[in-house]
Amino acid sequence: MSKFKKNSNTSQEIPTSALPDIIFMLLFFFMVTTVLREADIKVEQRIPKATQLQKLEKKSLVSYLYIGEPKDKAAFGSEPLVQANDVFIETAGIVKFVLQEKDKLSEAERDQITIALKVDKEAKMGIVVDVQEELKEANARKVLYNSTKKTDNI
Amino acid sequence: MKRKNRGGAEVNSGSMADIAFLLLIFFLVTTTIASDKGILITLPPKPDPNEPPPDINKNQRNIFKILANSSDKLLVEDEPFGDIDDVARLRDMVKEFVTNNGRNPELSDNPVEAVVSFKADRGTSYELYLAVLDELQAAYNEMYGERVGRELLNMFPDATPDQLGDLFRDLKTSDPAQKEIYDKARKDFPRNISIAQPSNVGG
Repeated sequence: MSKFKKNSNTSQEIPTSALPDIIFMLLFFFMVTTVLREADIKVEQRIPKATQLQKLEKKSLVSYLYIGEPKDKAAFGSEPLVQANDVFIETAGIVKFVLQEKDKLSEAERDQITIALKVDKEAKMGIVVDVQEELKEANARKVLYNSTKKTDNI
Repeated sequence: MKRKNRGGAEVNSGSMADIAFLLLIFFLVTTTIASDKGILITLPPKPDPNEPPPDINKNQRNIFKILANSSDKLLVEDEPFGDIDDVARLRDMVKEFVTNNGRNPELSDNPVEAVVSFKADRGTSYELYLAVLDELQAAYNEMYGERVGRELLNMFPDATPDQLGDLFRDLKTSDPAQKEIYDKARKDFPRNISIAQPSNVGG
């Protein structure tokens, strides 16, 4: 004989009729934010971490260069290489690459092109500097060293 | 004519959620939230071959020299400094050097004259290079943040004074109020980080 009798009149189910809508909303969010990777990265990418990160405001102005040891060492050796889009390029070909990238931008934005360098931490400065020299040559002087936030603060 | 009412004309929508889930999981897996973050620098312009390189006669006291060799060891102000585990100490050294304002004759005259020079070797690892560059940027960002500390803390009341560097770094120059603070911090206080052309000693 319990004093607190369970009130069984109310329905206990959660209404699930809106579930598809919720899922669709999530789906659209991820569809919009997703960027299917354009380039298949063929070099090692262990990006060193840093603290003083800046965010780029205009994504359309960014072009990427990947630098690191090739993943397929049997075919390409173990010396760090530069990858642009889907192919390895010689440092001498960077000027041409930058000009191609600049052509994709509108006239007014061409000088603001930013080259994001994604460099493996094992790469030596020699190749990075060679790349930078070529960027100077191509007059693309804004360079971003891609990096991720260092989480632990030692 | 009366339209016949046939039963079951609507599509069965019971499995809609399942289909949506499937798509959702696909996009969840393939998505890479864009991470265009990093350390932004501007390269110097290409030297004009018709003009001789400018003479630089700066007083030695105004140059803070950082050298990195091909075995990832650092030399700071002509003294061995250590390796990548020690770079955190650089931040305070740089701050002390730049904000000296002539007090210590070993350090800089004033922030305008002070230059932090960083020279790496071609054999230096990118990891060390970025770590040092990061510390130099951090030192300058903190000094900027401290210059406009009061304004920053007014604008972001939740922040604590030791976050001034971060607050300064995250100022958005597209917002006029924040741009004003940014300009005030940068006024007469250039970010003189010089990244020298690397040497080629220990290939």
